[in-house]
Amino acid sequence: MPSLKDYRNRIVSVKSTRKITSAMKMVAASKLKRAQERAEASQPYARAMGEMMARVAKNAVITSASPKLLAGTGKDDTHLLVVITSDRGLAGGFNGNLVRLARQEIRRLVSEGKKVKVVTVGRKARDLLKRDQADKIVKSFANLGGGKSLSFADADEVTQFVLANFEAGEFDVATIIYNKFVSVLTQKPSVQQVIPFKAEEPTVANENKKKAEEKHDSPALLSPYSFEPEESEILALLLPRNLGVQMFRALMDSAAGEQAARMTAMDNATRNAGDMIKKLTIQYNRARQAYITKELIEIISGAEAV
Amino acid sequence: MEESIRMAEAAGTFNFELVSPEKVLVSQPAWQVTIPGEEGYFGVRAGHMSLIAAVKAGVVEVIAREGEAPQKIFIAGGFADVTAKNCTLLAEQAVNVNELDAEKIQQQVNELEFDVKNATDPVQKAMAHKKLETALAKLAAVKGNAAH
Repeated sequence: MPSLKDYRNRIVSVKSTRKITSAMKMVAASKLKRAQERAEASQPYARAMGEMMARVAKNAVITSASPKLLAGTGKDDTHLLVVITSDRGLAGGFNGNLVRLARQEIRRLVSEGKKVKVVTVGRKARDLLKRDQADKIVKSFANLGGGKSLSFADADEVTQFVLANFEAGEFDVATIIYNKFVSVLTQKPSVQQVIPFKAEEPTVANENKKKAEEKHDSPALLSPYSFEPEESEILALLLPRNLGVQMFRALMDSAAGEQAARMTAMDNATRNAGDMIKKLTIQYNRARQAYITKELIEIISGAEAV
Repeated sequence: MEESIRMAEAAGTFNFELVSPEKVLVSQPAWQVTIPGEEGYFGVRAGHMSLIAAVKAGVVEVIAREGEAPQKIFIAGGFADVTAKNCTLLAEQAVNVNELDAEKIQQQVNELEFDVKNATDPVQKAMAHKKLETALAKLAAVKGNAAH
């Protein structure tokens, strides 16, 4: 049976753990707020880019001469998966769930006879996938943004790598696997194909903001668009940027999701620590009472013996 | 006569938005905007035909109201989406020309020239070259501003 001192020590250690988890929760909450603001601030660009893409793509005719980013390479033998996680752990199932989905995708593609290459973004993706898929990882990005908040230039690093490899014919289809920010309580591991280009859905987190900003003229009122230079050239310029925007958005969603997941996880941990302290305190009091009773009995029986 | 001018003023502006991936940089009514298009500079006023244009690195001049001095903004390339009432400029980098420091940019240019010369990897070389072009355009923007 543990002594009274053991109980006291355990209570002290759980209390300091609770202090740490509750501090982490606060930090995550404030970081989450900032990450959400940034995600919202990036929305107008993404939206304008999306609109422009849609307009240009509608006008351009897909032929064998169209940019490969739009039309594809004509094959789908080799797939590139960009797996985005966080650099740090202690965020509940945030990274674990995502990597599980990534593994599923890899297995599915392999069973279909495709070749799979993986680019990991974030230290956790690399660490977790290295165990069983090390042969498929072609590049790992970690610590993007250098601990500070993520800028477009950081996202561009990943984009440029993907583009350079695509142009070199290293793969045919590229997919981003990331945690979509649905709400503070839910982050949904999602799979999004980015090469060849597919029309995308808007992120749920910023839907309201988007509605508020819809002040553009209705399409019927617009005169037909002209392009300068012509469609195909604009398209060739737009497509890589559009990939950059999608990559940036995925990274932003992931960054916001990470903080949200950590906040929730740390909230639970703080609560569990509180419960544990309560339980330990009861046990400690009981042990102390037993000790006192034992001493009393000893004194009384000693007195009786005299 | 005066009345028609006033009317023209009221009707003569359109929404100008300069958007970077990180945030909306400028959102204001403008009377005229000059944009450095890939195929030459072009001016936009209200009622411009719908146009999507690629934009190269250079200086955008925004004139908020007729007769006012232009506000100059340097952008590192992007796209313009013009309709009769809106002009949205997507740029990856934008700085007010007044905030640019010629000496710092000159130094940056020197460093990048060195990089371009010494890069062995073709991908790195291409990237350094692109950065150098942007820096040179920036430098030209500052010098052009000082000459005015």
